[in-house]
Amino acid sequence: MTPDAIVPNRVAKPATPKVGGFALSNKHREWIAGYLFVLPDAIGLLIFVGAPMILSLSLGFFSVSGFGGYAFVGLDNYRRMLGDPLFWQSLRVTILYIVMLVPALYVVGLGLALLIQADTRFNGFVRSLLFMPQTVSLVVVALVWQVLLIDKIGLLNQFTSALGLGAFSWLGDPRFALIAVVVISVWFLMGFYMLIFLGGLQDIPKEYYEAAKIDGAGPIASFYLITLPLLRPTSFFVLLVSTVTAVCGSQTFDLVYVMTRGGPANTTSLAIFYVYQQAFLFNEYGYAAAMASVLVVVLMLITVLMFMLTRGGRFTYE
Amino acid sequence: MSEASRIERQISLAALRPARLILHLVGLILAFMAVAPLFWMLSMSFKTSDEVFGINLIPNHPTLGNFLYVFTQVDFFRYLWNTFFVSATVTVIALFFHSMAGYALARLRFPGRDMIFLTMFATFLISQPVIIVPLFILARSLGLLDNYAGLIVPSIFNAFGIFLLRQFYLAVPRELEEAAVIDGAGYFRVYWSIILPLSRPILSALAILFFLANWNSFLWPLTITSDQKLWMVQVAIASFRQQYNGSWNYIMAASTVVALPTLAMFVVFQKRIIESIKTSGIK
Repeated sequence: MTPDAIVPNRVAKPATPKVGGFALSNKHREWIAGYLFVLPDAIGLLIFVGAPMILSLSLGFFSVSGFGGYAFVGLDNYRRMLGDPLFWQSLRVTILYIVMLVPALYVVGLGLALLIQADTRFNGFVRSLLFMPQTVSLVVVALVWQVLLIDKIGLLNQFTSALGLGAFSWLGDPRFALIAVVVISVWFLMGFYMLIFLGGLQDIPKEYYEAAKIDGAGPIASFYLITLPLLRPTSFFVLLVSTVTAVCGSQTFDLVYVMTRGGPANTTSLAIFYVYQQAFLFNEYGYAAAMASVLVVVLMLITVLMFMLTRGGRFTYE
Repeated sequence: MSEASRIERQISLAALRPARLILHLVGLILAFMAVAPLFWMLSMSFKTSDEVFGINLIPNHPTLGNFLYVFTQVDFFRYLWNTFFVSATVTVIALFFHSMAGYALARLRFPGRDMIFLTMFATFLISQPVIIVPLFILARSLGLLDNYAGLIVPSIFNAFGIFLLRQFYLAVPRELEEAAVIDGAGYFRVYWSIILPLSRPILSALAILFFLANWNSFLWPLTITSDQKLWMVQVAIASFRQQYNGSWNYIMAASTVVALPTLAMFVVFQKRIIESIKTSGIK
C-alpha cells in the first residue's frame, strides 16, 4: 500500500470547528484529542494498578477484618513480620529461588539461542517446540509435572529405579522440592528468554564475526570478544526481567499453589504464596499487605534503577 | 556465481557437515525433551486407569472415556465458555484502549504527555501477584466480586501493551496522518481509518498474546470468584484435581482440554508470536 492510496489527495483547508461558540485552534484540538485518547487507559491503570500500589503501602498499617472493617494499628503488622519465622522462611526461599532461577534462565536461554541462531527452516521448527511449554497454562504445567514426579510410580521415578538409583519423593522431600520448582520454572520460561536472546544476537552485525575470523579468532574467542560484550543490553534486560519474574511472576504462585502448597516443611513457600496464604486463607489482609509492601518497594527500586540505567526504557546503545 | 567459488562453497559445506549434524541432533533432542511432558499428558488422557502409569507412550487400550467423564461430571462447557468470553472481551477492549493511548503518546503533542508515559511505564514491572491483596480489597469495594465485570475489567489494563504500541507508532511515518489532519479529518477519524489499519500486524500479535494470557490466568479468577458458575477453566481444573485426587487419567484429560486451544493457537500463529516476542524485548 502506498501512502497515496491511504491519504485522499484533497486540497488542504484550515480546520477550525466551533465548539460551544469557541473557535478551537489546531493546537488545542490536538491537546484535547491527546487527553481523550489517553484517558481510558490512564483511569484504568490508576484504579487497578496505581491505587493498589499506593494501597499496598498504606494497608499494612491497618488491621482489616474479612468484612471490610479497618482499624489503624500503626507498625503492628511490620513488628509482627519481624518476629514471624515463616515470613523469614519465605524470604529465604524467595532468595534461594532467585539465585537458582536467574542464572539458569540466562544460561539456558542464551545457550538455546546460540544453538539455533541461524534462520533455517529446521531451526524455526526447533524454536517453536522449545517455546511451546510457554503457551500452556501454569496450572496444567503444574498438574503434568506433578504426575511425572509423583512418588514411586511417576515416570521419573520409574526411570531412576530402572537405573538402580531408587525412587525419590521429588515434591515431598525438603531437599528436592524447591529445585523441582526451579527446574519446572526453567522449562516453562526458557522459550521466552531464548527468543529475547535470539533478537539480541541477530542485531549483532555479521561483519564483526567475519573480521574476527580473518584475524584468526576461533568460535570461543569470538563468543567472548564479540557476542558477550555486544549482547550487554540484552543481557541486562534478561537479568532484570528474570529477577522480577523470580520475585513475583505468576509461576511463583500458580506452581506452588497447585503442586506443593508451600510444603514440604515450608521449603517452597515463596513470598508471593505466603502473602496469598495470609490474606485469603487466614483473612489477615492487613498483615499480608504489609508483607507485600516490602516486595512493592523492592520492585519500585528495581524499576527506577532500570529506568536510570536504560535512559527511559531504551536498551540500545546510542 | 563463478565455478571456483561454487566449488569452494561446497568444500566448506562438506567440512561443516558433521559439526552441523551434531548441532541439529542436539537441537532436536532438546526440542523433544521440551515437549515430551505435553505428549505425556496427551497419552495419559487416552489411557484407562489401569495403565495410566505405564511407561508406554501409545495407550494399549486407547479410550475416550476420560474426556466423556470430565464433560459429564463437571460443567466443563460452561467453564470453557466463561473463559472464552472473558478472554475475548478483555482482548478486544484492551487493544482498543491501548492503541488509542499508544497513538496519542507517540504522535499527538499535548502538555504532560511524557509525564503520563513515564507514570504508565513505572507500573511496567508491577505484576498482579504482588498487588493481589489491595487489588482484591479495591475490587470488592467496587462491587466486582463474583461477576463477569470483576473478571474482565481489572485484566484490561497493562503497561506492556501500551508500551509496545507506542514503540510501533513512533516508527510509522508521520506524513501519513499529518496529511489527513490538515485535510480536516478529526483525530479520531485519523486514528480509526489510518492508524488502526496500519497497525494490523502488531494488533494481531498482541491479540494472540492477550488472549493466551487471559485464557491461562489463574490467580485473579481464583481470587475474585467463589461462585462456581463464574469459574474460569484454570480454576476449574485446579479444583477438579483436588476433587479427583489420584484419578490422574481424568485430571490429564481435563488438562488436555484446557491446553489444546492454546496449543492450537500457537501452532497456527507461531511465526507471528515468535517474531513479536523476539523483537519486543529491547527495541
